[in-house]
Amino acid sequence: MATIDQAASARTGIGVPARHRFGLALLLLAACALPFVLSSYQTFQATMVLVYAIALLGLNILTGFNGQISLGHGAFYAIGAYTAAILIDQSLVPYWATVPIAGFVCLVIGFLFGLPATRLTGLYLALATFALAVATPQILKYHGIEKWTGGSQGIILDKPAAPTFLPLTSDQWLYFVCLIVTVPMFVIGRNLLHGRTGRALVAIRDHPIAAASMGIDTSFYKSMSFGVSALYTGIAGALGAFVAGFVSPDSFMIFLSITLLVGMLVGGVGSIAGAFFGAVFIEFVPNLADQISKAAPWAIYGVFLIGFMYLMPSGVAGLIRYWTSRLKL
Amino acid sequence: MLRRTMLTAAAALAVNAGAARAEETPGVTATEIKIGNTMPYSGNASAYGVIGKADAAYFQMINDQGGINGHKINFITLDDGYTPPKTVEQTRRLVEQEQVAIIFNGLGTAANSAVQKYLNQRKVPQLFVSTGASKWGHPDEFHWTMGWQPDYQTEAKIYAKYILKEKPEGKIAILWQNDDFGKDYVAGIKAVLGDKYDKMVVKDVSYEVADPTVDSQIVTLQSSGADTLVIAATPKFAAQAVRKVYDIGWHPLEFLTNVSISVGSVMNPAGPEKGVGIITAGYGKDPTDPTWKDDPGMQQWRAFMTKYLPDADQSDASNVFGYGVSMTLVQVLKQCGDDFSRENIMKQAANLNDFELPTLLPGIKINTSPTDYYPIQDMHLQKWDGKSWVLFGDVISGS
Amino acid sequence: MQALLHQILSGLANGGIYASVALALVMIYQSTHHVNYAQGEMAMFSTYFAWTLIDAGVPYWGAFFLTILFSFGLGVLIERVILRPVANAPVLSVVVVFIGLLVILNSLAGWIYSYMIKSFPSPFPNDAWYGSAYMSPHEVGMIGVTLAVLLLVFLFFRFTPLGLAMRAAAQNPVSSRLVGIRVGWMLAIGWGLAGAVGSVAGMMAAPVLYLDPNMMTGVVLYGFAAALLGGIDNPWGAAFGGFIVGVMENIAGAYVVGTELKLTVALVIIIGVLIVKPSGLFGRVLVQRV
Repeated sequence: MATIDQAASARTGIGVPARHRFGLALLLLAACALPFVLSSYQTFQATMVLVYAIALLGLNILTGFNGQISLGHGAFYAIGAYTAAILIDQSLVPYWATVPIAGFVCLVIGFLFGLPATRLTGLYLALATFALAVATPQILKYHGIEKWTGGSQGIILDKPAAPTFLPLTSDQWLYFVCLIVTVPMFVIGRNLLHGRTGRALVAIRDHPIAAASMGIDTSFYKSMSFGVSALYTGIAGALGAFVAGFVSPDSFMIFLSITLLVGMLVGGVGSIAGAFFGAVFIEFVPNLADQISKAAPWAIYGVFLIGFMYLMPSGVAGLIRYWTSRLKL
Repeated sequence: MLRRTMLTAAAALAVNAGAARAEETPGVTATEIKIGNTMPYSGNASAYGVIGKADAAYFQMINDQGGINGHKINFITLDDGYTPPKTVEQTRRLVEQEQVAIIFNGLGTAANSAVQKYLNQRKVPQLFVSTGASKWGHPDEFHWTMGWQPDYQTEAKIYAKYILKEKPEGKIAILWQNDDFGKDYVAGIKAVLGDKYDKMVVKDVSYEVADPTVDSQIVTLQSSGADTLVIAATPKFAAQAVRKVYDIGWHPLEFLTNVSISVGSVMNPAGPEKGVGIITAGYGKDPTDPTWKDDPGMQQWRAFMTKYLPDADQSDASNVFGYGVSMTLVQVLKQCGDDFSRENIMKQAANLNDFELPTLLPGIKINTSPTDYYPIQDMHLQKWDGKSWVLFGDVISGS
Repeated sequence: MQALLHQILSGLANGGIYASVALALVMIYQSTHHVNYAQGEMAMFSTYFAWTLIDAGVPYWGAFFLTILFSFGLGVLIERVILRPVANAPVLSVVVVFIGLLVILNSLAGWIYSYMIKSFPSPFPNDAWYGSAYMSPHEVGMIGVTLAVLLLVFLFFRFTPLGLAMRAAAQNPVSSRLVGIRVGWMLAIGWGLAGAVGSVAGMMAAPVLYLDPNMMTGVVLYGFAAALLGGIDNPWGAAFGGFIVGVMENIAGAYVVGTELKLTVALVIIIGVLIVKPSGLFGRVLVQRV
């Protein structure tokens, strides 16, 4: 019995092979050491990479694993960011509490959005989410809620300072806060996606009719994946708000949603590690494109995009998987 | 032995002194001053990126002429795509990585709001920001932030005062862009009209930058029965508004924001005959206005454009703006003498007295003081006659 | 009452623009079953081409038809060169390629032509008899052109062998190949036609909207809403949807939710249609066979 269970878990991949665990531990150690090696500005950039990674994992849950295309995840990022900002601005809760609250708010909103969205497929859903992303800045500016959202002026946030007993700068502390959030979120995400739930999501993505006939409650899973995906992205938004120190409707235009989609694709659809590769791409490549051409930086960016789709359709993660399997690592 | 020790000690002292000096004057070496800037070179506000290019060209010209007090200007401008998070990132890069002396002429209200606290906390001058929002002139709260152009509220107040004087029974309609820019106009009119606001302003409608046209808004405003219209819109929408007002046969007394008075990009596309009678308040000379065809100040500007920005569009008023604001900065730096520390730069920025630019309307001068952080507050009313903007009345002080 | 009439007519004028964009979207969908997110930018780019010709002295109608040819060629080129390699890729990759295209065209236009607005001439004289205070001659003419293009497209798809072949290629490429239809070229022509229709939309819209690289970004969302509302596979529906969206947008903005939530209205329309009747008002309902 024991051996069968072990064999089963090895096949389905719940357990992490020992050599991978060692590698991950090393990575974690390196991540903890980073803020002491990098400059303040580079730590700030590294923190943004963590934030984007969480957001991309969220998007990947929905689009990569469950196959529901979302061109509007910027909206959930914005909701998370504004929730955190409003809570802090109105001095309702301490800053660390805003993150789970923002996540919960987005979970609910995501789930509610996901309910009617179960009836939409492929490009229709893409259109609906696209419309959501385009309308979000306008909704944020609405004068009816201006008292809380600050309207087009936005809200300025104070950077949380490290507790007095720790000799860390604000940037370093914020990095660790994000790291403390990132690690469990990825662990939970991984367990979720490599377990029964993940298999259900993938089944719904690849063969929805077969999945339904096998008794998987497709509507529930689809709405839930919307909710969970929004939760992740909302948490990323809340953290991102603190890193930037400022939220305004202009911060969350349609380009944000497009950027997230691009990040997910470059990193690798359906890949958890891909979230990090994609985050690095989003954070650093626009600056690169800027340096290549001041005149038309987005044209260069667009060329990068199309090039990636041709050369690396399964993203960086896919490429790594390919090479590691070739070299039998 | 002793001599070697003395020499080493002297060298150490010299290096330390140099290092200390470098810390006191970040971004400044014996031969250059580093100036940082963020501009939207991409995204939907990229039209304003022209200002950044004009700034760069102007500093190139100054460098060709020898620089300022032997210092060349190293102008580092980065794209922020008009998104505040990007502005934060690029500004941090400029301050912490590039170690610039000042942040100059950053564009956008939201962009500058995002970094205002950061720059003031770090005591980095945020000089001559490229936005007319009224919030930049508060030295008591933000000692290191200063605007340049006349702010939108001041301009709106001038219009409101004119209406009170010339058309006190007027029924006012306002078309405003739904952001800080448009809201400032509404606020300015409110400030002057006070409790008369509710009676006189019969309708105000907003529009989004994402809207294709403002035709529907104009129709709504006309149906309110107003006989006075204030247009607080950016060039594309201003042109649409001016054209639509004429086409539907409405002839109110119209006021147009200074942001959108370009002959080449607003009045002519709208149809020059359709804007006859529109009043605006100006402070700079429009490069496409025939009035300034032979004006020596504008000839000077044209010579600069031909030499340093030969491919640029000379009908784009952003090039005049960039030229003027860069010239102002160069004046500030010249006033600094040898001391280019951030404190001194800020001090000199708050010490401009009757400084004139060849591209400002006659009679308009730049003045700042430690309590007056609005460099340009004077404006001059002008009226469109179908061909150009004709000045009338006197220079009005907005202070 | 007069104001209401005015809003409706103004809405119809805007609706004409949305209708022509929706038409181009439907054309691409009918020929390739893809939604072209870069449709607006292609139209804008074509309009800049027309502007360049007119600026160089070419008379309006000459420039008009040359631009249609250019846009047809551009569409074919895009399909052959950029989309062909990802033809069998998952939907997501195709969406990203469209977005890349959108971004490239927008950026190129800004680089080549700068972001200052340019005026674009209208072929309809300013004092024509069909103009009025409610709708300028151009706005009336624009609706006329939209309907004419619509008719041509409908006739083409319904009554010509090529149109039939294209529809077959989109619906069932495998069977189409078996009967000898060059599926690859059908797709390319579909794109070419959509490009041409889009360019007409752009050239009609530019005198009203003013030409700048971001001219179509606001329009595209309403175009999508229109195409969905009318039925993404029905040209008449798309055009009708365009007019409805235009009028609804104006009425909602003027009387219901105020101008500050107009985009939200588009969002609600899109989501509402997709939930209640995904095939749109006039589209065909697709039954999924197990």
